[in-house]
Amino acid sequence: MDGTYRPGTVGRGLAWATAAYLVLPILIILPVALTDQRYLSLPEDGISFQHFRTVLTSPEWLGSIWQSFTIAVAATVLSVTAGTLCAIGCWRISRRATELIRVLMLLPLIIPSIVYAIGLYRYFGPLGLLDRFLGVVIAHGVTGIPYVVITVSTALATFDPRLEQAARGMGASLSQTLRWVILPRIAPGIFSGAIFAFIHSWDELVMVLFIASRDVFTLPRRIWDGINENLDPAMAAVAVLLILFTLLLLMADRALRRRSEG
Amino acid sequence: MTGTGRAGVGWWLLILPAFALLLAFYIAPIVQVLAISVTDPEPGLGNYERIFTSGAVQRVILTTLRICAITTVLALLLGYAIAYAITLASPRARGWWVLAVLVPLWISVLVRAFAWVTLLRRQGLVNNTLMNAGMISEPLPLVWNEFGIIVGMVHYMVPFAVLPMLASMREIDPRLLAAARGLGATRFEVFRRVFLPLSMPGIIAAGVLVFIFSLGFYITPAILGGGKTLMVAEWISLQILDLIRWGLGTMMATMLVVAILVTLAVFSRVVDLRRIFGAGG
Repeated sequence: MDGTYRPGTVGRGLAWATAAYLVLPILIILPVALTDQRYLSLPEDGISFQHFRTVLTSPEWLGSIWQSFTIAVAATVLSVTAGTLCAIGCWRISRRATELIRVLMLLPLIIPSIVYAIGLYRYFGPLGLLDRFLGVVIAHGVTGIPYVVITVSTALATFDPRLEQAARGMGASLSQTLRWVILPRIAPGIFSGAIFAFIHSWDELVMVLFIASRDVFTLPRRIWDGINENLDPAMAAVAVLLILFTLLLLMADRALRRRSEG
Repeated sequence: MTGTGRAGVGWWLLILPAFALLLAFYIAPIVQVLAISVTDPEPGLGNYERIFTSGAVQRVILTTLRICAITTVLALLLGYAIAYAITLASPRARGWWVLAVLVPLWISVLVRAFAWVTLLRRQGLVNNTLMNAGMISEPLPLVWNEFGIIVGMVHYMVPFAVLPMLASMREIDPRLLAAARGLGATRFEVFRRVFLPLSMPGIIAAGVLVFIFSLGFYITPAILGGGKTLMVAEWISLQILDLIRWGLGTMMATMLVVAILVTLAVFSRVVDLRRIFGAGG
């Protein structure tokens, strides 16, 4: 905007207060994680990294981190493969014919995960997928598809369909067109979708509460138990590590977008 | 743009994996479990009758609706202030404002609930600070009640409120505001008679989005409610995991889905869902 109209004092004050409300509670975790005390509090006599050491040497925490990571990677592969192909198909076929599929794709974003979780709890029993790595990967992978469809569709919206027609006209097969013409142009959208699908799985708790119990014990599940049972500074250390990891992923996403734009 | 012949079939095949996965592992489990609401413990609408006869069921529904309504109003108010500031900010300041909205959006909901517990519990940072300053003699009950739930939920929902409102405010021509000022309108009149009406579609879209997300919200209310204030999602989980009352739990799950779909259908003329999620992704 050209600077001739700015918000008034009330509007600006409320905006600043809201920004503080959004950001400060998250920032407060950092000093709490660095406390020298044995309970959740601000540092009193100095800062200490003991709680980070506790987490990073605990087989339970490391085991859960590793499990969450492998599940998220596998689920992301599933979401990205199915989601990318679906977005390309929907883009090329007429809008009206794929209306049902587009609506279907929005459902996992709208329907609360508690409803899906109780459904899976019942559905996975006879299939032998309860408390299994594969079961959680399927649940997270399927619900991650919409994120990929959205980002890839956004990338495809700026892609000239005549390029694809030209490639086909010159005799390229469908798979050749996909590999050499379409995929390279929408790669940034696919990476973006992958990052969101990864975060979706990495943070997911509600489904895991229902379909996993002992063998599969992901990081969010361990944090959940920690919050409900023993609130100690190690939890704050985990929270800080998680925040740093999320920021890293978001920065990667931004960098990718900027590179594809510039 | 319709593909013809063999090529057309090829494009359809691309859609197939996602379609089959969603059908087999998303739609099927949900439909199957919702069907239990009319078969367990006996076939019929007995579970749905409980909405009218059971005080406990009614209490949960009313609590949920009350918390969701308060959350929606507060999230809209705070989100509007932020979206307004972003729209009118200089390009450089705009980046920072957007960051303040997007970073919380992507940080784990568990981490955020944990932060609120750290701050608000009895020996939490807020109570300790106030007691040390001598402003209160007894810790305030800030969490494990409805207040705590609302603080945490609004914190989660504000970014979802900002995005649709921002999208609609960006379409407002800034010259209109300058023109209104030039014609002698006060700052408040410009806001009330020009900016606010033009941003109304965004407010409605944001309200619908926040309300439907709040209805089925599980994690934050479960942590910050401390098991005392129950909302539907936690109540459903309680029925199924602890009380093994599948019929009642799935009845409430069905009601939840119906409430969300009806809300969307009512507002579908005003709200383009795909655009909201497109902006959010």
